[in-house]
Amino acid sequence: MTPDALKQTVLDALAGVAPEIDRAQIRPDVPFRDQLDLDSMDMLNFMIALHKALQVDVPESDYRQMATLASCLAYLAGKLAAKTPAGPDRPR
Amino acid sequence: MSEFRMPVLGADMEAGTLVEWRRQPGETVTRGDIIAVVDTDKGAIEIEVFEDGVVDRLVVQPGTKVPVGTVLAVIRSAGGPAPAGVPAAAVAPAPPAPVVRPAPPVPAAPAAAVTPASPAARRRARELGIDLAGVRGTGPGGAVTLDDVVLAGASPAGEPAAAPVDRADGMRRAIAAAMARSKREIPHYYLATPIDVRGATAWLADENARRDVPDRLLLAVLLIKAVALGLRQVPELNGFWTDGAFVPGRGIHVGTAISLRGGGLVAPALHEADGKSLDVLMRELRDVVQRARTGTLRSSELADPTVTISNLGEQGVDEAFGIIYPPQVALVSVGRVVDRPWAADGRIEVRPVLTASLSADHRASDGHRGGLFLAAIDRLLQKPETL
Repeated sequence: MTPDALKQTVLDALAGVAPEIDRAQIRPDVPFRDQLDLDSMDMLNFMIALHKALQVDVPESDYRQMATLASCLAYLAGKLAAKTPAGPDRPR
Repeated sequence: MSEFRMPVLGADMEAGTLVEWRRQPGETVTRGDIIAVVDTDKGAIEIEVFEDGVVDRLVVQPGTKVPVGTVLAVIRSAGGPAPAGVPAAAVAPAPPAPVVRPAPPVPAAPAAAVTPASPAARRRARELGIDLAGVRGTGPGGAVTLDDVVLAGASPAGEPAAAPVDRADGMRRAIAAAMARSKREIPHYYLATPIDVRGATAWLADENARRDVPDRLLLAVLLIKAVALGLRQVPELNGFWTDGAFVPGRGIHVGTAISLRGGGLVAPALHEADGKSLDVLMRELRDVVQRARTGTLRSSELADPTVTISNLGEQGVDEAFGIIYPPQVALVSVGRVVDRPWAADGRIEVRPVLTASLSADHRASDGHRGGLFLAAIDRLLQKPETL
């Protein structure tokens, strides 16, 4: 998955939780909770949306690495990279 | 025959606009079926019937705003046609909830097309000057969502509304009326107790580490269950103060305050919360939060909470003392979980602690009983595996 596609997926997941957000206004280094007024239910729904879209399972202990857009993209990119070699979709 | 009336969906509701009928004359209805959609300051609400029967006739047409208590439809009881000549009012069913309050007369608004929509969608539509009636709704039950409004605003087809609906202001006024009434009429007393939640948070972390993302639990669900079980032990906090007396709740229906994006809040009920597993409560909480925010709650959820929980810990508040939502007699506020020095077994340790507080109606209970209730919540949270 390209960085752009990943970012798009993450923003889609966020928009599903907080439909009123203006994607262009999201600051990459400010925690979602602070700029988007997300509560723990929103964060859980965000994780569920990412789980659905990317088949990535983020343990609760890693939630703090998902706090901002920038850290979230870095974390997910790492997760996807670690997953791909053994992934079932990989062309043989 | 019985009359199906515009329900009171909370103490702050005076009138509602019938949006659509989901059942037509001649069709059978079963208790709990959704018979109509009503538009209120809290968004579009799906209205349930309270008995089995057959729809005899519809009295109010879609688009009409009527005061609470107005007859909307007549329903023939399931036992067969009612004897002719019996005035319908003579066999009118008990009101859906013991929310008894003389509604001030509200002038019926001229019939106008009213569209079900989420509060956030209404707010944005007002800002953009878009008439919701012209927006295609993609939300539950065809409700207009915020996305729909934004989309309509971006398209040339979206025409400025002649008279945009000022719904956010309506909700503000409704909250103001209910809270002012509460402070005017209810002699509140307030109690608070710090609770060590080391065991509860550790249990939750363990449990969630084993679960797939969609099945994870939130601490809020443990709190809801603990409050519900605590109310079994102190039932005088669960119910209503109506007509000068305490009326116990029929069941423990825990209202959970949900703040709406774009302002305002609603507190729909999780029914019979004391008898449900944490998994079921979690599923219901997720569902109800989702529907509160898209503006499609059901009438029973708004009409019959017997107690309310307000969880302000999310906003970083240490403790809160809320205002009781009349005619309820108690409100539990929960602050955030924060690490604090805690004395236990003769030593001082750092433990995660939250403060639970109770606002209660002194007409219905005394501080001693309120204290027992908070102690019960504390005790229950020490054994999260039994919740």
